[in-house]
Amino acid sequence: MKVVIMGCGRVGAALATMLDDDGHEVTVVDVKPDAFRRLPAEFGGTRHVGNAIDPEVQARIGVGESDAFVAVTQGDNRNVMATQIAKHIFGVRRSMCRIYDPIREKIYRDLGLESISPTLVGARLFKEMLERAPEQAEPEA
Amino acid sequence: MYAIIIGGGKVGYYLAKELHGEGHEVLVIEQDGAKCELIAEELGDIVLKGDGCEAATMEVAGFGRADMVIAVTGDDEDNLVSCQVAKAKFSVPRTIARINNPKNEEIFKRLGIDTTVSATAAILAQIEQELPTHPIIPLLTLKGGGLEIVGVKVPSNASVVGKRVGDLLLPQQSLIALIINVDGSPRIPSAETVIQTEDEVVAVTRRENEATLRSVLTSRADA
Repeated sequence: MKVVIMGCGRVGAALATMLDDDGHEVTVVDVKPDAFRRLPAEFGGTRHVGNAIDPEVQARIGVGESDAFVAVTQGDNRNVMATQIAKHIFGVRRSMCRIYDPIREKIYRDLGLESISPTLVGARLFKEMLERAPEQAEPEA
Repeated sequence: MYAIIIGGGKVGYYLAKELHGEGHEVLVIEQDGAKCELIAEELGDIVLKGDGCEAATMEVAGFGRADMVIAVTGDDEDNLVSCQVAKAKFSVPRTIARINNPKNEEIFKRLGIDTTVSATAAILAQIEQELPTHPIIPLLTLKGGGLEIVGVKVPSNASVVGKRVGDLLLPQQSLIALIINVDGSPRIPSAETVIQTEDEVVAVTRRENEATLRSVLTSRADA
């Protein structure tokens, strides 16, 4: 599978590494060349410096020929815009993004974007952890 | 009319001032406290401090009863999201977004924003009108349908010079609306009208046919 990842932060770099390890063809794009330091030395994918909310940048890095586009920059709106361009202009079938704001995330999910709100996911995980039976927790000294 | 302006920079400020002065109900949403204070001092209590993309802020601002949302921050992506959320969640009838990258005009339209305004594109159009060698000048984009009005100067060596308008092979959905000849007199062409050297042709065409239209009207006779 050919995947473009926008944003080489912790999540972007980790996802890129996992997919690369599984043998997928991975392209990572970030505005800061410095961000690529998060990728391991043996990373076999492509690194691009550029802003993927610009459709010309998406064209240049081959978004149109990709099977999936994942936007995981720090900015919700940047992610939303880039993902919509990938989906509606370049016709990438699996176009997904991170949206921290849960309300905005729901709106765009309803509009057909595949999205994740880490805020909501994180809160849910903590809640589950808290509600878990006490014997599963660390025994007290 | 109730208009909500997102972004209290210079564009937002002057827009609010004009609309407010015309008697409209206006609210400016701005994140920066200092800018909010300035607007409140100059224009009164018509500013809300907050993020104009945040649904909670939008609720407080009364997006549900807004007639128009105008997003004029300096970031295209923020303007896009404000307008899309205004439409999707609050059913605001009309949205206008400021764009910096003129290439985003088409994208915003595809993504459901009614109107975009680009200072970059406006300045470019001004410059292009003053460059006599520029072969085709977009004069006006017509609402809906992807049609636009363009101006083309017919070069003296063009193959169309001396031909009848009726004999031109124009691209689909294109028509020549007006011809202004070299001494400045305009005429509405018929099929019999003959194209002269240096004619200024005003035509209606589809955006995607612009290049074909240009080549019909400007290709050299010896090419």
